[in-house]
Amino acid sequence: MNAETVIDVRGLTKRFGDKTVVDDFDMTVPKGAIYGFLGPNGSGKTTTIRMMCGLLRPSGGEGTCLGYDIVRDADLIKANVGYMTQKFSLYGDLTVRENLDFMARMHAVPDRRGAVAATLEEHKLAPRAEQIAGTLSGGWKQRLALAASSLHKPPLMLLDEPTAGVDPKARRDFWDRIRILADGGVTVLVSTHYMDEAVQCDSIAFISFGKKLIDAPTADIAAQVGLHTRRIEGRDLRPIHAQLKDAPGVDQIARFGSALHVSGRDAAKLDAALAPLRARPDLEIGPAKTGLEEAFIYLMTGSEDNYQ
Amino acid sequence: MTAERRRFGPRFSVARFGAIAMKEFVQMRRDRLTFAMMVGIPIMQLILFGYAINTDPRHLPTLVELGDTGPASRAIVQAMETSRYFDIEGVVFGAADINTALKTGEAMFVVTIPANFERDLARGERPQILLDVDATDPVAASAAASSFPRIVESAVAPLLDGALSDLAQGPPPVEVVLHRRYNASGRSALNIVPGLLGTILTLTMVLMTAIALTREAERGTLESLLATPAQPLEVMAGKISPFVLVGVLQTAIMLGLARTLFGVPFLGAPPAFLALITMFVVVNLSIGFLFSTLAKSQMQAMQMTFFFFLPSILLSGFMFPFRGMPGWAQNLGEALPLTHFVRGVRAVMLKGAGLGDTWAQIWPLAIILAVVATLALSRYRRTLD
Repeated sequence: MNAETVIDVRGLTKRFGDKTVVDDFDMTVPKGAIYGFLGPNGSGKTTTIRMMCGLLRPSGGEGTCLGYDIVRDADLIKANVGYMTQKFSLYGDLTVRENLDFMARMHAVPDRRGAVAATLEEHKLAPRAEQIAGTLSGGWKQRLALAASSLHKPPLMLLDEPTAGVDPKARRDFWDRIRILADGGVTVLVSTHYMDEAVQCDSIAFISFGKKLIDAPTADIAAQVGLHTRRIEGRDLRPIHAQLKDAPGVDQIARFGSALHVSGRDAAKLDAALAPLRARPDLEIGPAKTGLEEAFIYLMTGSEDNYQ
Repeated sequence: MTAERRRFGPRFSVARFGAIAMKEFVQMRRDRLTFAMMVGIPIMQLILFGYAINTDPRHLPTLVELGDTGPASRAIVQAMETSRYFDIEGVVFGAADINTALKTGEAMFVVTIPANFERDLARGERPQILLDVDATDPVAASAAASSFPRIVESAVAPLLDGALSDLAQGPPPVEVVLHRRYNASGRSALNIVPGLLGTILTLTMVLMTAIALTREAERGTLESLLATPAQPLEVMAGKISPFVLVGVLQTAIMLGLARTLFGVPFLGAPPAFLALITMFVVVNLSIGFLFSTLAKSQMQAMQMTFFFFLPSILLSGFMFPFRGMPGWAQNLGEALPLTHFVRGVRAVMLKGAGLGDTWAQIWPLAIILAVVATLALSRYRRTLD
């Protein structure tokens, strides 16, 4: 293992009964990276993250987190990883400060009072310190959860859909905090459904049906998916959408405001499908860059029914 | 409009009623434990009340102090055995041994046949025969005690022939003296209140910890807890210890009430009581913790608590005489902490037992604790699997 590798798992597999939730999953995350973890609901992201931090025992495969074996050294991983759960899992009947204090005690944080006070400041939670955590709004809960999971200054943070259901302003603040953590040398693995968050990651792994479909630096994702995209602008694009939907060469159509993005794997076939439309004076058709969203929607096609 | 109204209007709708009833059936079927309780509780109750509980207990442990041996003494001991109320388990010598035997519960009855019994009987001097009775549980002791004079009389009667035949006519040839100890007035409150202390502690202590882990699981906080390096023993001890204080508080309240409202005495040694109650509370909290590692929801944890509570009150000797139960029920009762606590607490409060006398109840509790704690810790899951 490379000294700069923080997560290194091979062939990770998890079965619940006869259902395989994660199947032969490999991942290598270098130190200091913000690694995005994407995939549709029920694709196995949470299960994978739980296996990495010792909360679930893999049915197969092996790996290390921070150099510790994910099965044998679960306690050491738990002591050194900050894990933020998808669902708020702190004590709703304790105050913000009491929750942080509890976590500080569980992790034997030195100078506990000082550390809690510093964290309250750092995460701008001080004005809410004495509020009962259960009465916080979604954004504040997320903020508290991040504060609680980073209180013991873990070198690796695993964040499981940390911003689900939170308003855009709170999400932006949240990502500012993640950036600050990363700038401080913390490695972050974060799962998300939001494209604006995905683009902020250094690298992205995409998982579907428990299988990893792609794993690349964010800038290379679109090229690796291998989609070509054309943009159609004009009035009343609905009939055109319907017409192109099943046309050969067209793999996906996405609506962007008043334009359609039509994508296909084979550029020649795609252009052939669009050829009849080019004659129409009311439409403007040109090349467009394949975005992350198109790439992922394309990857997700066929896994729509994977809700748990 | 009218058709619509008939089908979906505010009047009673058979379809809606049916839908709700169907849904309840489906949910009931999915909730296996509730269903098992619905079936299990009547079966358990019937078996326990029908076979195990007997308010006319027999085969009660009895010791004999033989001041004299002769045909009359032998006949009396023989007749006591034959009556099936008394099991003669041995002989004792002297008041000190008699006291210890009764205090520790080794014997419920001690018969003292005085010196010169045979001679005095032959002379028609109506010698006394003494029956010491552990009357802490009036129900358990009363049938046997009240049958004793008749047993003695009929045992001696066949011997009264020849020269003694005129004795058979007058007053009974033997004077039976009953000596009810510890609860001379036979008040059931004296017996029930100490046992009630144990019963209430069983229910509250087990319930409190039974929901300890399931509540964390239901609220989702278990995931955070498991993500910390917490060790199973830390979690168990941490969950249990606050309730030890609650148990002590409950005990203090109940002791105060027992004294002021019911005049229940506290004759024993405080260290014995403290040792017994602490052990008992910790055992019950551990049982609750074990339930919480087994249950999938708080509801299930509460059902398990109830399942445990029912035999505890019925088989522990709290409500019905322990000696009256058949062997299998007594064995089952021995496995319940309340059984040992009820014996111990009655001995301490009513008989004035000390630490030494209570030891016989403390070590079984320690064994139960060891078994339960081992099971609970092995059942405690450190992952979300």
